[in-house]
Amino acid sequence: MAPDEKKAPYTVQIGPVHPALKEPVMFTFEMEGEQVKAVDFAPGQTHRGIEWMGMRRNPVQIVHLTDRICGICGVVHTLSFSLAVEQIAEIQVPERADYIRSILHEFERIQSHLLWAGVAAHELGFDSLLHLTWRVREQAMDVIENLTGNRVNYGIVQVGGVRRDIAPEQHPAIEQCLSAYEGLLEKLLNLFLDDRTIAMRCRDCGILTRKDAIELCTVGPTARASGVNVDLRQDYPYAAYGDLDVRAILPEQHMGETHGDVFDRIVVRLLEVGQSCQIIRQCLSEMPAGPITAEEKLAKLLLICKKAQGEAIGRVEAPRGECLHYVRMDGKESPTAWKVKASSYSNLMSWIPMLIGEQIADIPIIVASIDPCLSCTDRVAVVREGQRSILTKEYLHRLSVEKTRRLQR
Amino acid sequence: MTGSIISPQQVMDRFTARIGSGIREARISERREGKKKNPHYTIWLEIDKELLRPAIEILMEIRFPHLSVIGANDLGDSIRLVYIFSIQYGEVKSEYMVTFAVTLPKTDLTIPTISDLIPGAVFGEREKQEFLGVKVVGIPDSRRLFLPEDFPAGVYPWRKDETGIPPGMVKDLWASRRPANRPAPVVEIKEVSGINAEPAKESGQSPKEDN
Repeated sequence: MAPDEKKAPYTVQIGPVHPALKEPVMFTFEMEGEQVKAVDFAPGQTHRGIEWMGMRRNPVQIVHLTDRICGICGVVHTLSFSLAVEQIAEIQVPERADYIRSILHEFERIQSHLLWAGVAAHELGFDSLLHLTWRVREQAMDVIENLTGNRVNYGIVQVGGVRRDIAPEQHPAIEQCLSAYEGLLEKLLNLFLDDRTIAMRCRDCGILTRKDAIELCTVGPTARASGVNVDLRQDYPYAAYGDLDVRAILPEQHMGETHGDVFDRIVVRLLEVGQSCQIIRQCLSEMPAGPITAEEKLAKLLLICKKAQGEAIGRVEAPRGECLHYVRMDGKESPTAWKVKASSYSNLMSWIPMLIGEQIADIPIIVASIDPCLSCTDRVAVVREGQRSILTKEYLHRLSVEKTRRLQR
Repeated sequence: MTGSIISPQQVMDRFTARIGSGIREARISERREGKKKNPHYTIWLEIDKELLRPAIEILMEIRFPHLSVIGANDLGDSIRLVYIFSIQYGEVKSEYMVTFAVTLPKTDLTIPTISDLIPGAVFGEREKQEFLGVKVVGIPDSRRLFLPEDFPAGVYPWRKDETGIPPGMVKDLWASRRPANRPAPVVEIKEVSGINAEPAKESGQSPKEDN
């Protein structure tokens, strides 16, 4: 570091181990006092080469690999990979499987959004709210376990269908969970949206304009919070969503206006929990009878996949936005090309316009606001006057909590 | 949202009318799911490299497209990039995909950037540079994206030729010990016993681990 860099702007690095993604991220901030002047980041700190592995495995094996791409989204990656392979191999998925896929897809969204809401509350210093949201999230996890056998890495979606049916005996458990959430949603909305402090911390903080959201190819709740009307469940009929009447949730429907800030991202995600409950209920009541998979025998399924030639795109609306798998098969056992585009891949670039001009204490909540995976920011290294000191996640978190307390006075 | 809804066939016609001579192959694929079997469509266009930017400009005239991702295949003596867009998002059950595939011979792996048209494309272009050795001309940020800084130059993970991942990088990794050329850790390493420790010099405690 050159000696003349003692003056502002200071360089603050956050990372490389950082929670906001499934891959940790290395942030470099240029700070002037408390204000962020410029941001740069380097993802890929734990790139696992899953696509490389997939290009050496057959589709039935890849399905179990895709289950493990993300710890929260166990359905979406497998589902979009299966959708792609089914298109190439021209497999018609039974209608019942489409509905079961949609039900699990929505339960995943509920638990992911609740997890995120807890993290957001924690970043602001509302740990009571964190404990509330994470306690109620357990109900969705229990239902997922009831339906799939697992809390994470569900292993439920298979190329051609699903691996387990939903029996009538399981309906009461689902119904009980849904009505619990619907009763609770009013309370959650009240706790988050009518709270003066949350409004002070999140309103007009981390703004992403509609124009930036479109140009940076932002997806999911992050884009919707900026007023971009995108929701694959509405726009692009896949699985059972073509039969349902899903509409994208935009902040102006609830708040009357769109700011594109952290607050709007909370609004969109919370309202989507209620929407998911309605979708599950509708799917359960309209679910047709019939088989749950196009081909039960894996050896036969593999043979069909092995003969398949062509390329296709599988695309689903994950809790964080569009998840896309591009697959090309050339009549061999393993795909020739496989590209996984997770939703955060599209959302990362929106961090830059969001963070510029904000305060250092707002970094945790803004970084968390696009993505629910905030599990363990390990440390922040501050390079100042050539001296390196490590700031812990606890320190940054304390700064954020102190700001909340300051505002409350 | 602006403009009226146009069908995939109309979009296809627009492209054939404007850049018809440069389109090598064009097809529309359709998929129907659920009980009502509502369709969704994908338009696949194989075009010349020179037409990539004009094609995207035509697409942008319709509406501002969403760039989902840039896919890629290594076809042996050429690399095929697949630019995957979606248009008409926000319209109920009317969004569809438009893909432009460009084949680059391995003797000339250059492609113009599209990031001035669509700022969000930088990510995908950086990724293609490091994973396939494609050279994106005019890219505003040509650093690596996902691969580590010390990843060897000239190795491209998605290539299927001799520049792909050599077996030495993935086989028998158990035999490779901690790299010797890494910078020293910031924090002083404490005296440790166990897996990473040197074989215990004092007798009495023999480590169970085999290294």
